[in-house]
Amino acid sequence: MSTAVETRPALNYLNQETGIRSWLFTLDHKRIGLLYVASITFFFFIGSFYALLMRLSLLEPNGWLFGPGTYNKLFSMHGIIMVWFFLIPSIPTTLGNFFIPMMIGAKDVAFPKLNLLSWYIFMVGGLTTLFAMIHGGVDTGWTFYTPFSTSYSTTWVTTAALGIFIAGFGSILTGLNFIATIHRMRAPGMTWFRLPVFIWSQYATSIILVLATPVLAITLLMIGVERIFQVGIFDPALGGDPVLFQHMFWFYSHPAVYIMILPAMAVISEIIPTFSRKPLFGYEFVVYASMMIAALGFLVWGHHMFVAGQSLYSALTFSFLSYLVAVPSAIKVFNWSATMYKGSVSWDTPMLYAIGFIGLFTVGGMTGLFLAAMGIDVHVTDTYFVVAHFHYIMVGGAVMGYLGGVHYFWPKITGKMYPEGLAKLSALIVFLGFNLTFFPQFILGYMGMPRRYAAYAPEFHTLNVMSTAGASILGIGYLLPLAYFIWAWKYGADAGPNPWRATGLEWQTSSPPPRDNFEETPVVTRPAYDFGGMKEELHLG
Amino acid sequence: MANPIALLLREQYSTPVQQRETSKLGMWIFIMTEIMLFGGLFLAFSVYRMSFPQAFVKGSADMSIVLGSINTAVLICSSFTMALAVYSAETGNRRMLTVFLIATMILGLVFLGIKFTEYYQHYLQHEAPAVWFDHTGPDSGHLEMFFVLYFLMTGLHAVHMLVGEGILTAMVIRNHRGSFSADYYTPVEISGLYWHFVDIIWVFLFAIFYVEGLHLHKL
Repeated sequence: MSTAVETRPALNYLNQETGIRSWLFTLDHKRIGLLYVASITFFFFIGSFYALLMRLSLLEPNGWLFGPGTYNKLFSMHGIIMVWFFLIPSIPTTLGNFFIPMMIGAKDVAFPKLNLLSWYIFMVGGLTTLFAMIHGGVDTGWTFYTPFSTSYSTTWVTTAALGIFIAGFGSILTGLNFIATIHRMRAPGMTWFRLPVFIWSQYATSIILVLATPVLAITLLMIGVERIFQVGIFDPALGGDPVLFQHMFWFYSHPAVYIMILPAMAVISEIIPTFSRKPLFGYEFVVYASMMIAALGFLVWGHHMFVAGQSLYSALTFSFLSYLVAVPSAIKVFNWSATMYKGSVSWDTPMLYAIGFIGLFTVGGMTGLFLAAMGIDVHVTDTYFVVAHFHYIMVGGAVMGYLGGVHYFWPKITGKMYPEGLAKLSALIVFLGFNLTFFPQFILGYMGMPRRYAAYAPEFHTLNVMSTAGASILGIGYLLPLAYFIWAWKYGADAGPNPWRATGLEWQTSSPPPRDNFEETPVVTRPAYDFGGMKEELHLG
Repeated sequence: MANPIALLLREQYSTPVQQRETSKLGMWIFIMTEIMLFGGLFLAFSVYRMSFPQAFVKGSADMSIVLGSINTAVLICSSFTMALAVYSAETGNRRMLTVFLIATMILGLVFLGIKFTEYYQHYLQHEAPAVWFDHTGPDSGHLEMFFVLYFLMTGLHAVHMLVGEGILTAMVIRNHRGSFSADYYTPVEISGLYWHFVDIIWVFLFAIFYVEGLHLHKL
């Protein structure tokens, strides 16, 4: 343990300026990152609340708490909030905003004003959608499938879609900012192949954000036009093609899955080497795998539409392309495992989340292969099997990655340590609660329980009770970190600049960092994860 | 820091070259985003053009090829004056920079004026979907869809033109205040990139909406 006394720097980004205005008008990427942390935490607990209500209602086969109409709104609002206002922005806008400039040795992102503007756009979008939900909700599902969303639904579809449309521009500008930052703001000596994999993954994510989000924007605009003016674009009664909507929607929404998972992989790629005391195994392969996932992500959207009436030949093509995504994903899983092999592994909380991520992501990914196979997909389409699959990716993958990342970077962000024992306990609770919630859903789906129904056949009762029990445990697992992080913000022990003895540039400056991140612009002479080359005093420190 | 160019260097950058290159890269990424935004509409147009060829050709024949061609010429001229504006900025000629920026803005406004004249004519011919559309015949529904896409796509383009007018106004004001010189004119340059991009979009819109039904035209 640390014997040297490492005190917080007297002047850092947190106390250099004070007052609410210094936060709302800040151009500091670190503070903007924290604004996002507060916002998405708020949205996360709203989305979780809807999930909790659904799981409570499903305790009984007749859906004792809510009728079908309310239930439809609950799962729609859960999906919309979680996808667009938590998962998509989660890691890039918080940890990405905070650490991309620090990891490449820059003072800030390329366009700080644009960065702040992105947050305001995101908030206006989020509050617009929230307004729609408070005033009556949406019942189309997060997918807004036409013609239900354009011609039949009488709920607040237009307002909710408007909010997502607005928030999309926040995403685009964030992606634009990150790409420009990574291209042009690197410190001297920070070549492309000395970049931490975190940066590469965020770079791949940003490319998807920039290229896919505008397609969603234009699709939602068309939905709005069709609803407001009652003209035919997607409505078959007016000559439109609802399948075109599905193509355009999934052209965004499948890559959106990689917007959620690539940043989580970014975090895992930092945690695993640090807590194994070994360089990341096959660095270049992991880098290329990230880029390949981003590229292939644009070519697989059709696997959401196997039963939607696309031609057999395009379905076959999409099926094979979807299998291909397994290759770079598997490269990553194998390389993380190989990094741990014969490493000096320690079991701190971030590492627990990272190992949990690898296992759960593998389960989610493998069941994704089931769904990419047309025969099985037809059998389990619109069942709980699909629900379980994507929750293993999004909650087991993206949320575990986010939580792991927040624990890993917390000492740097705040300069304080969180309570390690409690954190380990809640990591365990999250892992157990998650599996108890979603594993039964694989079985339920395979047995034929359809998704998005307020009631179900009595033979599914036991597994549904298990799932609801798991969800309550998972809820505790999420509330605990919220509580101890708030506690640690004020009362945590001083962390010192590099509590994990990590190699990245972000750990070579004080915690919390000064306003300009570094006392002087760092010069990089070594590759990423060069544990052998670490200075001796860091080992002692 | 007595050098006035150094004062224009924002604190996150270390050199003026880095600042300039980063700004240009940012605009190029933004243009990629815009291509995907319009791309969704071009996709929808292509799909329905394939599905309902007769209605779409008929709709195209109702376009005013004369006004459309004039507008295309006007926009291409505005691209030329925009290029001259960037050249003036590059050579430090602030007076000509203002002249060419205003010329570009006037050409842009001429374009928008002609565009809204066309919209009004379509309205008078009962070709404004949702507002006043009465065409009968087997293709009328698909004809309406043609006009929905026409108003949506040219309308979105017109919104981009309006944004461009706003950007150029800001450039004129900043030039008047003396913000630009031969050493620092990046905002003018990236505004030019945006303007040219919006022009190129129009060329494609002209091709799909106006030229498509030319052979049926009663000039």
